Amino acid sequence: MEKLYARDVYGKTLVELGKKDDKVIVLDADLSGSTRTSFFKREFPNRFFNFGVAEQGMMATAAGLASSNKVVFASTFAMFATARALDQIRNSICYNNLNVKIVATHSGITVGEDGGTHQALEDINFFRAIPNMKIIVPCDGPEARLAVIAAYKNEGPFYVRLGRSKVLTIENKNEFVLGKGDILVEGQDIAIISCGAMVIESLGALEILKEKGIYPTVVNMHTIKPIDQDLLITIAKKHKKILVCEEHQVIGGLFSAVSEVLIRKHPVIVERIGIEDTFGQSGVPQELMEYYGLTASFIAKKAQECLR
Amino acid sequence: MKNKIDVLVSTANEIRKLIIKMLAEAKSGHPGGSLSSTEIITCLYFEVMKNDPKNVDWENRDKFHLSKGHCCPALYAALSLKGYFPQEELMNLRKLGSFLQGHPDRKTPGVEVGSGSLGQGLSIALGMSLAAKLDNKNQRVYCLMGDGEVQEGNVWEAAMAAAQFKADNLCGILDNNGFQIDGRIEEVMGLEPLVDKWKAFGWNVIECDGHNIKQLLHSFEEAKKIKFKPSIIIAKTVKGKGVSFMEHVVDFHGRAPSEDERAIALNELEKNKI
Repeated sequence: MEKLYARDVYGKTLVELGKKDDKVIVLDADLSGSTRTSFFKREFPNRFFNFGVAEQGMMATAAGLASSNKVVFASTFAMFATARALDQIRNSICYNNLNVKIVATHSGITVGEDGGTHQALEDINFFRAIPNMKIIVPCDGPEARLAVIAAYKNEGPFYVRLGRSKVLTIENKNEFVLGKGDILVEGQDIAIISCGAMVIESLGALEILKEKGIYPTVVNMHTIKPIDQDLLITIAKKHKKILVCEEHQVIGGLFSAVSEVLIRKHPVIVERIGIEDTFGQSGVPQELMEYYGLTASFIAKKAQECLR
Repeated sequence: MKNKIDVLVSTANEIRKLIIKMLAEAKSGHPGGSLSSTEIITCLYFEVMKNDPKNVDWENRDKFHLSKGHCCPALYAALSLKGYFPQEELMNLRKLGSFLQGHPDRKTPGVEVGSGSLGQGLSIALGMSLAAKLDNKNQRVYCLMGDGEVQEGNVWEAAMAAAQFKADNLCGILDNNGFQIDGRIEEVMGLEPLVDKWKAFGWNVIECDGHNIKQLLHSFEEAKKIKFKPSIIIAKTVKGKGVSFMEHVVDFHGRAPSEDERAIALNELEKNKI
């Protein structure tokens, strides 16, 4: 199976968009090598602006550019693209409903060795509460490209959340539609709903569970906002339990988004796998995934508990 | 026939009267900084900027961003006098459903980008000026800031970036009235030496009397001539200018005039008629 850096795909997609449309402008805050916006800089140096280590200025400038008919991509690590500039994003970008696409890399616990101050685990929460903002968490390289293109094609502010590490490409996905979850495997009794790096883990859990005679439904919920209400209600009607998996705090992310819909529309028990209200720490990404209970075996175990 | 300067002085006086009327009607808002920035906004809208209220989205218009968004009464009054919307609308300031929000909003004809959270406007204006340069437009972007506002870190991020990107089509104006909500700037959080700070950040700095139309117009002309660096006009102003009991009174930063105060203020301004 193919393994890609979603950020490599992001850099290439920016170049692709930049060739088609000279309104595309890219901003970065001293991390262009890591976020791969450097690919765009190489091709279109006059449409690339590096703000140095100054994320607030970058985000507010993005608002000004977008108000002047530019499609602006602003990138840095997820930790600095969110809370560090949250007021600028809320008041300058989202309040004015401007065409700024915040594409952040190095999200989640899989940032690894850099440790807790660099592991953005609250970013979805911050942005979910802001009107006009849309949020996509792609599960692999090819989906990262589709997410970036969707953000480009749809007017208004977007947050696209990418990771640092290479991720396996998931085969046999259905067509990517913004705002629509993708049922990867149709099963029964329990539905596992995940996003980002947790989708491949959920498919791993499926294999473990099959051996025990459990056949869950697996959903890739790449768009967190707007959340696919219809799909959630349909799934809740067909399954006894739902298990939500995310590489994010259990407060305010996908688990919250799913629960908020189902508590009103079709209450079922919704369980969760995520970071349990704690900060991360240094370690190899895979070690951290194990330590914080995010891998396939933990998902499988939790699914079994849910059905007991 | 009145000369250009006299007309602008008279327009500024009209704007002051509208500020008092709309704030008294709204019963809340910010007179102090609106009155201190009146001549600056008057010069921009009635002389300096290329703009056309009949064609709000005119591609080559100059742009204005009110970073000190709380002083929008001065902007709204100027926009209505200029013809962007009917003057009666001013009495809807801060009312439910009005396009004249308590802080600037894109709903208002003539407002490019909303503002209100201090410190972000210079970056927004920089974005507009970079876009103009990319599009090879002969367009200037003006950004009005308060002096209390420049305590915000984002202002200095913008200052750094504008110099780095040689945004010579960007002109900042600092309404230097010396007060912020909690008191005198130098007592709350000192900013001096302001001129040196902006120079150190790579800006062309012009100082003037922010209530002297002639000096302001000259300063805007000077700024236009400077190439490869952004300009800032540090305009010395008086908070509450034009209304005797509001001048230098910090209480009127964010308190609307009562009915009695409205009458006294309008009476004073009426006497200024040329």
